[in-house]
Amino acid sequence: MADLKSTLRQYIIDNFLFGDTETKFADGDSFMDSGIVDSTGILDIITFLEGEFSIKVNDDEIVPDNLDSLNNLDAFINRKKAQLN
Amino acid sequence: MSFSKEVIRIDAAKETDRIVGEMRRIVGRVLHKRGAVIGISGGIDSSICLALSVKAFGADKVFALAMPEADSNPESAVLARKLARHYGVRYIVENLTAALAGFQVYQRRDEAIKNVFPEFDATYKAKIVLPDDLLDKDTLNVYRLTIISPEGEEKTARIPLNEYLQIVAASNFKQRSRTNMLYYHAERLNYAVIGTGNKNEHEQGFFVKYGDGGADIKPIAHLFKTQVYQLAAQLDVPKEIQGRTPTTDTYSAECTQEEFFFRVPFEVGDAIWYGMEHNVPVAEVAAAMKMTTAQVEHVQKDIARKIRTSEYLKANPYHIATEQE
Repeated sequence: MADLKSTLRQYIIDNFLFGDTETKFADGDSFMDSGIVDSTGILDIITFLEGEFSIKVNDDEIVPDNLDSLNNLDAFINRKKAQLN
Repeated sequence: MSFSKEVIRIDAAKETDRIVGEMRRIVGRVLHKRGAVIGISGGIDSSICLALSVKAFGADKVFALAMPEADSNPESAVLARKLARHYGVRYIVENLTAALAGFQVYQRRDEAIKNVFPEFDATYKAKIVLPDDLLDKDTLNVYRLTIISPEGEEKTARIPLNEYLQIVAASNFKQRSRTNMLYYHAERLNYAVIGTGNKNEHEQGFFVKYGDGGADIKPIAHLFKTQVYQLAAQLDVPKEIQGRTPTTDTYSAECTQEEFFFRVPFEVGDAIWYGMEHNVPVAEVAAAMKMTTAQVEHVQKDIARKIRTSEYLKANPYHIATEQE
């Protein structure tokens, strides 16, 4: 099974880049600063996280530190999952 | 010069003359139009643009419209009529409710709201808002839906993606229908359509593409909202309009522009934005605004994000470059 970060990267590529793997972005790159997503895209990411990982993203968690890069998403999901256990 | 809230002050008389001169030049010599059509709402921006148009072209060459619909605040049309009389321009009311109902705007929007709040019906009011905690946290702009029952009970929830998109898409019919109507009158009169957006709206993307973003000339798109207010006395805008809180006048529940989009009061946001544009150190801005540096940074980040993510709204349709031989 693909690791979490690969799953997230594939989701970003499929949903925001139409499968274009030529656009390079590093694990730490801000999605918003690099022009990959806008605020509607953030809502799309939240919908994906809640559907795919069965977590609930609270309003006060909708901050760049949780959602605005692959590294941040990865850490956030792991924290949320740890809370569930 | 050290930074203070006062840096945003302009010479209202001089700026008015400059804008009026440019409006005459652009409408006459560039657009080749014979006057101005303008939608007025009783808000400060359209009032200022009406006054500028009268100064530029003469009252007999300005045609003003109010375009209310079912969710409009009735006070807006009352103020619009007063304003048209005040400046002596031709004025008509084009009620858009039937046209919007024909597009099933209300039905499409309410269907999405009911997906979030099943109890919602025509007796309720609704609005969408952003979190109001920008100064405390660098939160991202994800909208929430608020409904208000006939008894005044409020409920708020985050809007799922599809419902959010449908509510916005349905509501945007309003601005686009208004632009259709403005261009009908502009074309039959051979006049130019005056866009009423200010710098805050234009640069941060608080407008509907091909809706209120559509116009021939935008005479105040370079002015901060707080600078627009500074022109009011110079242009003799009635006091009751100067004192109104800016609203969206789009949703059935009263919704200020601050809660819908800007998230901080204009006098705060504008001064911080001015500081950003002039590379004033954050600490200096924070001291002048009596805020913490973190608060200033949150506002700066929010403004920068909005400017960046609304580029597509401001763009003309993109073309594919011709392949070079």
